[in-house]
Amino acid sequence: MNWNSPFMLTVGLPLLKIVILLGVVAFCVAYTVWLERRLLGFFQSRVGPNRVGPAGLIQPIADGLKLILKEDIIPTNARPFLFRIAPIFAVVPAFAGFAIVAFAPPAGPRASFLISDANIGILYLLAITSLGVFGIVLGGWASGSKYPLFGSLRSASQMLSYEVPLTFSVLSVILMAGSFRLDDIIQAQGKLPFLVPLILAFGVYVISAVAETNRAPFDLPEAESELVGGFHTEYSGMRFAFYFLAEYANVVLVCCVATSLFLGGYKIPFLPYETLLAGNPWLVSLIGLAVFAVKAVAFLYFYIWIRATFPRYRYDQLLKIGWKVLLPISLLNLLLVAGIKLAMLR
Amino acid sequence: MTEPLRVEGTAPLRKVLETKNLELNFGPQHPATHGVYRAVLALDGERVVGIESIIGYLHRGIEKWAEYRTYTKATPVFDRLDYVGAILNCHGYVGAVEKLMKVEVPKRAQYVRVILDELQRIANHLLWLGTHALDLGAMTVLFYALREREVIMDLFEAMLGQRLLQNAYPIGGIRLDFPKGWDRACRNFLAEFPNRIDEYETLLSTNRIWVQRTRGVGIVSGEEAVALGLSGPTLRGSGVCFDVRKAMPYSSYEEFDFEVPLGERGDVYDRYIVRVREMRQSIRIVQQALDGLPEGPLMPEKLSKIIRPPAGEAYFCVEGTKGMLGFYVVSDGTDKPWRLHVRAPSFVNLQGLERMCVGGLVADVVANIGSLDIVLGEVDR
Repeated sequence: MNWNSPFMLTVGLPLLKIVILLGVVAFCVAYTVWLERRLLGFFQSRVGPNRVGPAGLIQPIADGLKLILKEDIIPTNARPFLFRIAPIFAVVPAFAGFAIVAFAPPAGPRASFLISDANIGILYLLAITSLGVFGIVLGGWASGSKYPLFGSLRSASQMLSYEVPLTFSVLSVILMAGSFRLDDIIQAQGKLPFLVPLILAFGVYVISAVAETNRAPFDLPEAESELVGGFHTEYSGMRFAFYFLAEYANVVLVCCVATSLFLGGYKIPFLPYETLLAGNPWLVSLIGLAVFAVKAVAFLYFYIWIRATFPRYRYDQLLKIGWKVLLPISLLNLLLVAGIKLAMLR
Repeated sequence: MTEPLRVEGTAPLRKVLETKNLELNFGPQHPATHGVYRAVLALDGERVVGIESIIGYLHRGIEKWAEYRTYTKATPVFDRLDYVGAILNCHGYVGAVEKLMKVEVPKRAQYVRVILDELQRIANHLLWLGTHALDLGAMTVLFYALREREVIMDLFEAMLGQRLLQNAYPIGGIRLDFPKGWDRACRNFLAEFPNRIDEYETLLSTNRIWVQRTRGVGIVSGEEAVALGLSGPTLRGSGVCFDVRKAMPYSSYEEFDFEVPLGERGDVYDRYIVRVREMRQSIRIVQQALDGLPEGPLMPEKLSKIIRPPAGEAYFCVEGTKGMLGFYVVSDGTDKPWRLHVRAPSFVNLQGLERMCVGGLVADVVANIGSLDIVLGEVDR
């Protein structure tokens, strides 16, 4: 097989990468669930899943198997077509977002660790992740039941209101880096992660991202003690698993994006290992991948820590925070960053 | 909002566009109703405009059932009323029969009863705290609270042989004295427990989200609370100082030094903080009782094996975990009660729910039900 043929370069190689990435992401998502359950166990002075395999490591596979084998129930009142496709609407954007994440420095001209080096990477990411809400709204509506309807109504307003501060906080990152490309943004953080100069934007991003992904303390659309299960109350078996997968894929995606935008991606501040080990590109890539993974997992830990600590917000309070606190802060931050940038240009 | 719309009402709320209220079945199978309680909510968006309680899913006819048993044999079934505060139910019933028979409970038995009662109160409040916090999304508190409750359960098991439904007291006194080492285990727990309460308070009392979720939610003024017949921490959260242990002392409660914590505004937060402070007061009471435990018999000397109270009636109430828990017993001189009625605080407190919920949001309904601390075994009996 000729790896240098135009067909392989434009179609074959990206396809191969997509297949690998899908597998890796699905694996990561499964083990995010495992990590969350274990960590929650430790936070709450209990053990967590530890029966299936050593330290419960086979648990995600057992869970997946169980969900596949479960009966797929479509309620009588549901709109069957929408009910069937809604979970797909949720899961596809969550996975598609990974296309522009640069996990490690490239090991060669054709051995990059990202699928698409799009020069509008961030815009694509914002666009594709906001599509995820359709899956939730459709699923809640199509279920033909009241609790899911409430869940999807909440979800619609919540995700729309938090999109705005999230975008503004990302905009300030773009201003700092001067590019929409994710790799450029990472390169711009070689000396100092954006976390330090953009601490405000980071705060806004974290809060909005938690709300965007419907996680505690903003897990209102699925608030189990109020809405039972929210939008996925009526779902079971594999369709439920799709929603589950989408939620955790979004969490992993947010961790990856936060790592890239604020924590410096695969860079280590004050340690330019890429230039030190320039002769050995694969080693550089591996180290980069490890650094990225460590940062992403650290962020994930923070995510789970939040969930273990805080009570849930109320619907109106949540919207109030989004519009009256986060939006002004992110706007102010954007103005500040733009002003400083302008002053530096002069 | 002037008059809350009834559930059946489909009256238009806005003149321009005719809208209908959404009727939402909240329970009986719902994670936040603390049992098989069902509320039918009338909703305008997420705002509650009407709430109708539907109860009886757990009705077992306990009071009637007891009329067909002898006084002694009827005792264990009252544990099944409020099954997370079983000892206090037992105390209420046994106390009513003792009052009917005019039996003087020995001093030591009275003190032991106080110790067990207060431990049961702590155990109940712990379970309440955990589930209430879980309802509002703070899941960790539940596991912390259950961890401490476990210690109390072990103490009960060592003393009474059972953990949850202990059938704690026989009519007249107590069955057995403390087992060896119980005193020390109990004191260890009492010494450690205040730190644990601090831990819960760190997670909740000063937590901004918790305060926002509970402050100003489900307000019931003191007057309304009295008019609705509320009692227990739910009443004291509204600032009304009424505690059966102080107002009508029984079982030597007048000999102990403790405070009655009161709320100011009567909202969910006040009801929460009253219960948390009550746990601290319970520790004080148990400590005093352990220190001043008098020697003496456990059962009165002249008490026949078959309980046959003279014809008459008696009403005896204790400060239950949920409020004023009263037992009304009518005797016709036989060995079985002729009529028996329980004033169940959960049942009466549930009346306050409509006042608390109407005008609030769906999420507040959950907070309000949690703050009432209802147990359906007691509501339905």
